[in-house]
Formats: sequence, C-alpha cells, structure tokens
Amino acid sequence: MLGNCAAGPAGPDVRGRDDATSADGRRLLAGWGRTAPSLAQVRRIDRVADAERLLRSPPRRGLIARGLGRAYGDAAQNSGGQVLDMRGLRAAAQPDEQGLISVGAGLSLGELIDHALPRGWFPSVVPGTRHVTIGGAIAADIHGKNHHRDGCFTRYVESLHLLTAAGNRFAVSPGGEPGVFAATAGGMGLTGVIVQATLRLMPVETSWMKAHTARLRDLDQALAEMASGDDDHRYSVAWIDCLARGAALGRSVLIRGDHAAENDLPSSRRAPAPSPLPRARLVAPPWAPSGLLRRSTVAAFNELYFHRSPRVASERLVPLHSFFFPLDAVEGWNRLYGWRGLLQYQFVVPFGAEAGLRRALELLSAHGAPAFLAVLKRFGPGGSPEAAWPNRATPGPGHTALGPDHPTLSFPMGGWTLALDLPATPDLGPVLGQLDELVARSGGRVYLAKDSRLRPELLEAMYPQLAQWQEVCARLDPGGVMRSDLGRRLGLHQDAAARATPNGRR
Amino acid sequence: MRDALGSVQSVLVLGGASDIALATVRRLIAQRTRTVVLAAREPERLEDTAAELRRLGATTVESVPFEGDDVESHERMLSDVFARHDDIDLVLIAFGVLGEQERGLRDDRAALGVLRTNFVGAASALLASARLLREQGHGAIVLLSSVAAERPRRSNFIYGSSKAGIDSLAQGLADELAPAGLQVMVVRPGMVRTKMTAGMKEVPLTTTADRVAEAIVDGLARRAHTVWVPPALRYVMAVLRHLPRPVFRRLDL
Repeated sequence: MLGNCAAGPAGPDVRGRDDATSADGRRLLAGWGRTAPSLAQVRRIDRVADAERLLRSPPRRGLIARGLGRAYGDAAQNSGGQVLDMRGLRAAAQPDEQGLISVGAGLSLGELIDHALPRGWFPSVVPGTRHVTIGGAIAADIHGKNHHRDGCFTRYVESLHLLTAAGNRFAVSPGGEPGVFAATAGGMGLTGVIVQATLRLMPVETSWMKAHTARLRDLDQALAEMASGDDDHRYSVAWIDCLARGAALGRSVLIRGDHAAENDLPSSRRAPAPSPLPRARLVAPPWAPSGLLRRSTVAAFNELYFHRSPRVASERLVPLHSFFFPLDAVEGWNRLYGWRGLLQYQFVVPFGAEAGLRRALELLSAHGAPAFLAVLKRFGPGGSPEAAWPNRATPGPGHTALGPDHPTLSFPMGGWTLALDLPATPDLGPVLGQLDELVARSGGRVYLAKDSRLRPELLEAMYPQLAQWQEVCARLDPGGVMRSDLGRRLGLHQDAAARATPNGRR
Repeated sequence: MRDALGSVQSVLVLGGASDIALATVRRLIAQRTRTVVLAAREPERLEDTAAELRRLGATTVESVPFEGDDVESHERMLSDVFARHDDIDLVLIAFGVLGEQERGLRDDRAALGVLRTNFVGAASALLASARLLREQGHGAIVLLSSVAAERPRRSNFIYGSSKAGIDSLAQGLADELAPAGLQVMVVRPGMVRTKMTAGMKEVPLTTTADRVAEAIVDGLARRAHTVWVPPALRYVMAVLRHLPRPVFRRLDL
C-alpha cells in the first residue's frame, strides 16, 4: 500500500484535498496531527515587503506565520484571520569560516542541510524531521537528540529579523532589547513575524553517523544508562515501549551516536565532501481508515522493534538521514492515522521527579494508549547559565544572559522528556487530563508546539514566565495583531483571572 | 477554540431555558467550556441558572433576549453575540414547541404557529449561525430535531413535519459546510421527560434530558452528523420507515 514516489516536501498541510479552497478564497488549514482544522486566508510571502504590507492592515482576527505545518496542533492556524505562508523566503547565504550563515525564515532545515552539508557544515540542532522551517524552529525553540549537550535551537541563533505588529523590521539578538529575543525563542510566532535569521552551524566531516544501539529491559535501567552514559555521546535518545507493563515497564531501545569523522569511514565510503540527503522514498496513501494504528497493531510493532534491536550494545555506521530523520522516509505518514488524525503528547519533568515519569508510564500502559514510537530523552539544563553546560558546542555571545528569569515559553528544562504519538480517539481525554495534572504537579510542562488539547488553567503552572512573556507581547503588539488558534485556545493573551475558574475545578 | 478531541470552550444556546440544552451545558462545563451565552425569550428568568453554571465552573455566563418566531431579529442578535466574544465554538439550537395535534387540526393558525417556530424560526437561526461560524473559520452547530422527523405519524404529524423540515435543512447544510471544516449535528431523541412533555403518557424508550446531553457531548467528540437517543431508536425507526403504508396506518402510532 505504500507506493514509490520522489516528491519533495509538501506546502502548508491542508486537511483532505490539497486544493481545498473555499468559495471565499480561504483555505482549511490543520497541523500535522490534522485534528482541529480551521479556515483562514492564506497569503504567500515572497518578499519581506509583502509581510510588512499585510502587518500594516491586519484583519480583525489578526495573523500568524506558517512554515511547513509540522507543529502537531493549532500553532500555525488562525481561524477567520490571515495565515502568512513563509515558504517564499528561502534565501541562503554561504556559511562563513566560523559556520555563521544567514538564511530566510521560510528555508527548511532539509534545504539548509542540502546547502551546507557538502560544504562541511550541519545545523547545531535538528529535530526528528527535516521538514521544519527556520522560522518555525525558532518559534517553537525546537530541540534534538543532542539537547543534553548542546541545548536547544535558539542557542545557535546569533540574531534574527522580526517584523512587529506595526510592520517595522528590527534586528533581535540575545544581548539586544531586553526580553525580545527570549520571548521570540519559543514564542510560538506570537511576538511578530520572523523573516530572517543568522545561525551558527557545526562543522562535520562526513554525512555518516557512528550509532550505538542497546536494549534496556526496564525504566530503571533506561534512566540509569542515560544519566551515566549520555555525556559520552553528542546524540542520545531512547525509543520506549509504552504498552509494556509490570516488570517490563519502560523497556527501551537506546540509540546514541556521534558524527563520523573521515577516519571513521572505510575507504569505500569516503567522499571528497559530505553528500546531500536523499529524498523520501515512500508516500503514505491519501487516506487510511481511522483505527489502522490501534492497540493490537502497535503492540505487535513494538514487540518486533524491541526484539530486532541488538541484545548487547553494538556500534555501526549509518547514514545521517536515517539516524536523524527515519520517519521522513515515508512522506505524509500522518495520514496513516486516518480521518481522526493523531496528537502528540510531549512533556518534560525535572530531574528529581522520576517518580512522576514512572507514574505517567503506568497511566499510559494501564490505559493501553497505542503509542507508536514513543521517545524518551534526557534534557540538559534548559535555559540555565553557561556554566551548567558540560562539553557544549559554542553558542554565540549574549546567550549567557538567557537565564530562567527571562520571559520565555521555551519548552526544554533539565529533566526527562517523553513524547508519544497517539490516534486522536475521544477516550484519550481523561487519561491525558490526568497526565497534565501529574506533569504540572511534578514541576514539568507540556510542549506547546505539540499541544492540541491542554487545559488552559494549567498553563501558568507549567510556564511560570507567562506573565513576563505577555508583557513583552503587549509592548511589541499592543493591538493584538499576532493571533493563532493555539493562542486563543490556551488564552495565551489573557490574564490569569480569565483563564482560571473560580473554584479551581477541572 | 475546539481542541483536538472535539471539546468546546464556548457555547451559545438558542432556547436557553430548554432542559436538554441546560443538561448539555452542564456536561460541557465539566469538560472545557467556560463561556456560556443563553438566549431565551425571558432571559431575566435565567438568573438562578446562570449562577448555577458559574458555580459549576463557567467564567462568563450571559443571558440575552431571543424570540424564535421573530426571524427579523436573529441576524442582529447573533452578530452581536459573535462580536462580543472572541469565539463561539458551538451554537446549540434548542428552541421549539410541541403544539397540540388536536388543536392544530381544528385551528390552522395553531398548526402554522408550530411550523413557524420549529421550522421557519429554527431555519433562520440555523442559516445565520452557519454564516457567522464560517466567517469565524471554525465551529459546530447542534440542532435538536426529533425521531418525529423520520416518518410522519398520525398522532403528531404537525410537529413531525416541522422537525422533518428543519432536520432536512440541517443535513444539507452539514454537507455544504463539511469542506469548510464546520460540523452540523442533528440530534433525534425519542420522547424525553422534560417540562415540554410533562403530563404526557410515556412510550417505550422514553429517555431523559441528561441522556440526550450525554449523547450530544459524545457526538461532538466523535464529530458525528446524526445522533439518536437512545441509540436503539435508529433501528426502530429504520424498521418503521420501511413499513408499508397500510400496515403503518393500522399501528395507529
């Protein structure tokens, strides 16, 4: 049922037909999870001036920038308003000798890799897909398998150009106007429209990875192994079987790796320069029944996946793309979840709250939520001062100032993060509600770029800098022009009183 | 905004004194609903209800005057509500009259009054709500129809014809709006114990307002287009619909 196709990344994801345009010229847009689509006027931005013009005469329901639509929920939707399709801004300069590169916000990480890898450079942070734009990566402050060592994406953003609500363009850097960089990094696009960024890349010699795979029998072993051994590798992530119960609770496959140097390769693999990444090889069918990925099929997959990985730790060379972006091999894999769509639940709990993590796994496994490919990762210390980062890559000047007091909605914090994809079935509501409570009680938070259903009352407990972030937004955008469905749903722009209920009930 | 699992955060009820509507609103508040607008003929009589809904967890409860028969006023009244609130995620159309079949047969004006409220009035509210939701870019409409819409029965075909008309309009609108991502759900309860049916003889499969509310909330989460309460009625009515006329007539339903 999977056919061969060499198509490139799709434009903004549209639920159902790709040409779904309603009579009034608006389009139905959804996130990657395809769960809560809404209608908006999509405006293509080919030059920065296009966005400046739109910002000067915004519609009543405001506007938001959209890249490749890979946020799972409603972050890049704006029902009844405008959505700026940023994919036209794809310019990329040459990286300089220090690895600094200036790129348009609509460029995807995949395109950046194609451009920079043959020149010996690689993005300092990449997520699990290359189909993410630079603007989106900044707005969600994405992280990758190297967070424990290198931190998140915006640590390698030297500066960016932001169009604010009045249509003015200004350069924003970590050491610049107080709060603006911090509020934009992870600000879900609500401080303004990011049009350009200067990134710090990391040097690599080859397009190969040295990967180590190890089977871990339960949660204790997984946590112990990650706590003791992660720092020996630049990248580390565990695939975890959320359906395993009892003694096997938390059984995992730990995958760690480092960029292979020229010397690590056999002579047959050596090339004059790292080669660019191949395209997707498979395409998911345009529709699939809801219920294809159910408990029985997912449990069978998990069983197979666990047992096909080597029992004892082993090292092998793997191509860079299959190490970082395994799911990119199947284009449109989100369609396999059928018309109901999927949601991703990702949370982090701080170190010391391991009991909360265990409880979360127990809840999930007891509920039997069919989580296909759940991922467990040990984060480094979030936005903490530089001193807390061992063996780090070199972030730029000014980043030392980004402490926990900054007005940021950036997700990562020192601790454990678990991410799971789930079919969006109605029975998920209660169990995810319980998880929200548990995560908030444990001092953790859920990731807004993945969220599509958080109870708004918990937002402030999870993001204690929310009020400071709102102050920066109010300063940059007094008229409330920057708006998204995510912002409306969570009341990101409301004060606490409007979000809270009088008696604190659910 | 609706979330990924179909929960709504704000609801506008047309027919805010309806038992079924209020039971539904209570259940919605137990989920994510925090804003409730009750539109009713006598909003001043809803003060206790509003206080109760606030106690349950709603942060904004508003009562506004609304007259189902006064179709000229609908557009304006609905636009005002939509303008006052950032979003209205759900419009619940719950007003209607049962009428008296016997009286309707003697007095045309009484029969036409039932049609005016249940069909013309509801159609006006339905069409205006659909337009506003489309402009807003998202949302859902729930229309309280009835099993009576499925096949005219001798004992209440005046009411039945009014529900058949509005049910039909809502189904068509559901298909029209589906590509725009809007949900229109038709709810077909059987006999429900409410103030509308107080004193009437109960029939088999009689249900309660709370059961209907439960089915509505569940249907929203499933993004259903039609909901029967109790669900068995779907099959009962499927059989009744296909009975030959002479047989159906002799059943004297």
